[in-house]
Amino acid sequence: MSIITLTHLQRLEAEAIHIMREVVSEAEKPVMLYSVGKDSAVMLHLARKAFYPAPPPFPLLHVDTTWKFRAMYDMRERAARNAGMQLLVHQNPDAIRQGINPFDHGSLHTDMWKTEGLKQALDLHGFDAAFGGARRDEEKSRAKERVFSFRTASHRWDPKNQRPELWRVYNARKIKGESMRVFPISNWTELDIWQYIHLENIEIVPLYYAAERPTVYHNGLLLMVDDDRFPLNGEKPVMRSVRFRTLGCYPLTGAVESRATTLPQIIQEMLLTTTSERQGRAIDHDQSASMEKKKQEGYF
Amino acid sequence: MGEIYKTDALIAEDITAYLDSHQHKTMLRFITCGSVDDGKSTLIGRLLYDSKMIFEDQLATLEADSKRMGTQGEAIDFALLVDGLAAEREQGITIDVAYRFFATEKRKFIVADTPGHEQYTRNMVTGASTADLAVILIDARKGVLTQTRRHSYLAHLLGIRHLVLAVNKMDLVGYDRAVFDQIVTAYRAFADSIGIAGFTPIPLSGLAGDNITSRSAAMPWYDGPVLLEHLERVELDQTADQGKPFRMPVQWVNRPNLDFRGFAGTITSGSICTGEDIRVLPSGKTTKIARIVALGGDLERAVAGQAVTLCFEDEIDCSRGQVITAAQSPVEVADQFEASIIWMDEDTLVPGRAYWLKLGAQTVSATVAQPKYQINVNTMEHLAAKTLDLNAIGVATITTDRDIPFAPYTDSRDLGGFILIDKMTNRTVGAGLIHFALRRAQNIHWQATDISRDHHAAMKNQKPMVLWLTGLSGSGKSTIANLVEKKLARMNRHTFLLDGDNVRHGLNKDLGFTDADRVENIRRVGEVAKLMADAGLIVITAFISPFRSEREMVRAMLQPGEFVEVFIDTPLEEAEARDVKGLYAKARAGQLRNFTGIDSPYEAPETPHIRIDTTMISAQEAAEMIVSKLIP
Repeated sequence: MSIITLTHLQRLEAEAIHIMREVVSEAEKPVMLYSVGKDSAVMLHLARKAFYPAPPPFPLLHVDTTWKFRAMYDMRERAARNAGMQLLVHQNPDAIRQGINPFDHGSLHTDMWKTEGLKQALDLHGFDAAFGGARRDEEKSRAKERVFSFRTASHRWDPKNQRPELWRVYNARKIKGESMRVFPISNWTELDIWQYIHLENIEIVPLYYAAERPTVYHNGLLLMVDDDRFPLNGEKPVMRSVRFRTLGCYPLTGAVESRATTLPQIIQEMLLTTTSERQGRAIDHDQSASMEKKKQEGYF
Repeated sequence: MGEIYKTDALIAEDITAYLDSHQHKTMLRFITCGSVDDGKSTLIGRLLYDSKMIFEDQLATLEADSKRMGTQGEAIDFALLVDGLAAEREQGITIDVAYRFFATEKRKFIVADTPGHEQYTRNMVTGASTADLAVILIDARKGVLTQTRRHSYLAHLLGIRHLVLAVNKMDLVGYDRAVFDQIVTAYRAFADSIGIAGFTPIPLSGLAGDNITSRSAAMPWYDGPVLLEHLERVELDQTADQGKPFRMPVQWVNRPNLDFRGFAGTITSGSICTGEDIRVLPSGKTTKIARIVALGGDLERAVAGQAVTLCFEDEIDCSRGQVITAAQSPVEVADQFEASIIWMDEDTLVPGRAYWLKLGAQTVSATVAQPKYQINVNTMEHLAAKTLDLNAIGVATITTDRDIPFAPYTDSRDLGGFILIDKMTNRTVGAGLIHFALRRAQNIHWQATDISRDHHAAMKNQKPMVLWLTGLSGSGKSTIANLVEKKLARMNRHTFLLDGDNVRHGLNKDLGFTDADRVENIRRVGEVAKLMADAGLIVITAFISPFRSEREMVRAMLQPGEFVEVFIDTPLEEAEARDVKGLYAKARAGQLRNFTGIDSPYEAPETPHIRIDTTMISAQEAAEMIVSKLIP
């Protein structure tokens, strides 16, 4: 019989599917965190493959901040429907009440909507395992993150007290109240993600492709004016051909000027560019090792 | 030598061709072994840097960090790029396993970067478990050291087939061939002695970049491959595994409706086609593969490394943890093995204690016997051992509570490698590599007896049970147990009292008071109690039995509902104040070691069936309370 050599993408795909099946077999109530971005799109696609012909046996959870791009909200509903999965949306009621927004509240915005919002949603539904799309190549502290990452009942991550992970054997046992975050695409790089989207023809939010969009410069980031909550202070948005390398809250997500309107063009730009992915997000800039701190506090 | 990295111009010119080639890359996982001083982080940093896995902003941070730390003067310190967590960056050492990624034109690489010190053996073992290849770093100025032998031994133990001996810092020995040759000769002698079949020695310099991506002009005498060239060419385990018989552990049964039943898992070796005969183990039942189901259309054939869903032609039983194999070459099934154990937890191994053992997709209860020996990882000597401490490696007998399908680790990492999980803390405390089965399942027969346990119980007109009294020394266990037995005897119940002190004069007189001996003490008492319960008796036991896991072990030995845990709850101060046998005084004076409550812990039951608070009620009242709960 001839040897079939699996490509790196086939092996990464198999690894992710293996991890997802392991969680479904061992966790009591798993959920997939869904942020509508390209990594989430890949995760959702992998989940469909892992459990086909059954629909993925867990719901999707979007921890919403009310400040995402409008195009992301459209995509969210459609993606869940196509996968035959239940979509849960959580918005931190305290953040709603206090009107927390990225323009006035700085890092409190991320803390309340995302970090606190995520903890609330997991506690509210009693989820004991949450799939996330984090990758080890994104940031230094993530290089050491386990695939199965344990969190205490108060959702804290202790980098000194992680379980060794050998072979393909994952220890998913935990005490009631503890939970785990599971990262099936830990070993993927940004290029792998794009390549896979291209190969598998996965639908992504149109914001990843370049188009003429109304933009302004704000604290050094090129931002898109996605709705009328943007405080322009008399400034007039300029139409520019831009696209986004990552998607989050529109007032925090920097656009790049680009003419790339197809996936190969996006990949081409990515390969030729020399600015790493998280650069477009305002969150990491404050200090080195800031992500590690955020993680210890329970940020994904 | 081909091109290792494409230039930007080519990417800009023809992205479609680039994507097409990238799409056909294979993937190699490797581990780098070496200590801080061997220049390991520098080497990895350079691999990332050369393959453009460092972006401009990361480079800016790196340059700033390099200046701030000042380790390389004004030059870039590549090591800072790979040392991740804040705590260890300050200490200047890599504590954990970190995974790095880079790609050349032919392959994507996943590097497991692990620390080299002996106290991080578990981290290296973790990184080695998934690697196809190991890069053993040597400082050319120092030659083969103890740590080189340790790293090589561990890589070999974990089944890594390809070893690269990277003789680093050649720039510091004047690129001298004689130095290199001497190191290779010394290493070869060692490698032969532990059974390493072959290795690839490469002289290089991580700092200067010699023989990493391109041939070094400074070492014209070297005609072997440069590092990346070798990494691109070496045969992958995934490819080698395809030549072996078909095996797939079942992870999950896919049953969305009554018309579909599929078995999902990752193929660990061989390949499978529709129509082929398979066997399910441990049941041994056979059938044929009807379909290989995938989103986007069924497959005709699937190979090792793929995650698939298989459908059978016949409805035979198959569930999570079982293994689907080629019908004509099934795996073995057994419940007792010899295995190498690598201990990974601060709490030492307790021989005889039940741990969870996870192998493939099966989780079973298992005990580890006292190790036959421990291996000195620096000298490979065998040492006598009663237990295994953190980072210790030993060989021991493992017994599981049921038959499991397995393969020797040297044949299959997936079916021969297992982890041990502490039942209380849920931590992964050890890893094991199966050598061979000691007792094959087909050879074990239970002697069937005609008079059943139900018959024994019926003749005595009672429900057998084991009343397990646990509590501190001096809590009143023996007194209460004695009163309970007297009351039951008056009610014409057939009973037997097993008392801790008495058993230690006979059955268990060879045991002391170490954790391991305490476990064995309870195991034997549990087995005796079980036989007596089988004979229809009501057994009352009075043992300190300080560990939850051993009480749990006894519960698991017995029929459901037969084990009644009675917690004689006397606070330590109270028991010590009573000190009927004068033992606490001795323990406090340091004359008694491992005394429960003093220098050995007592793990109180969390949900006992009966709790007796001896500060509130008398022994008589306690006995009445127990009996009334048992026989209402």
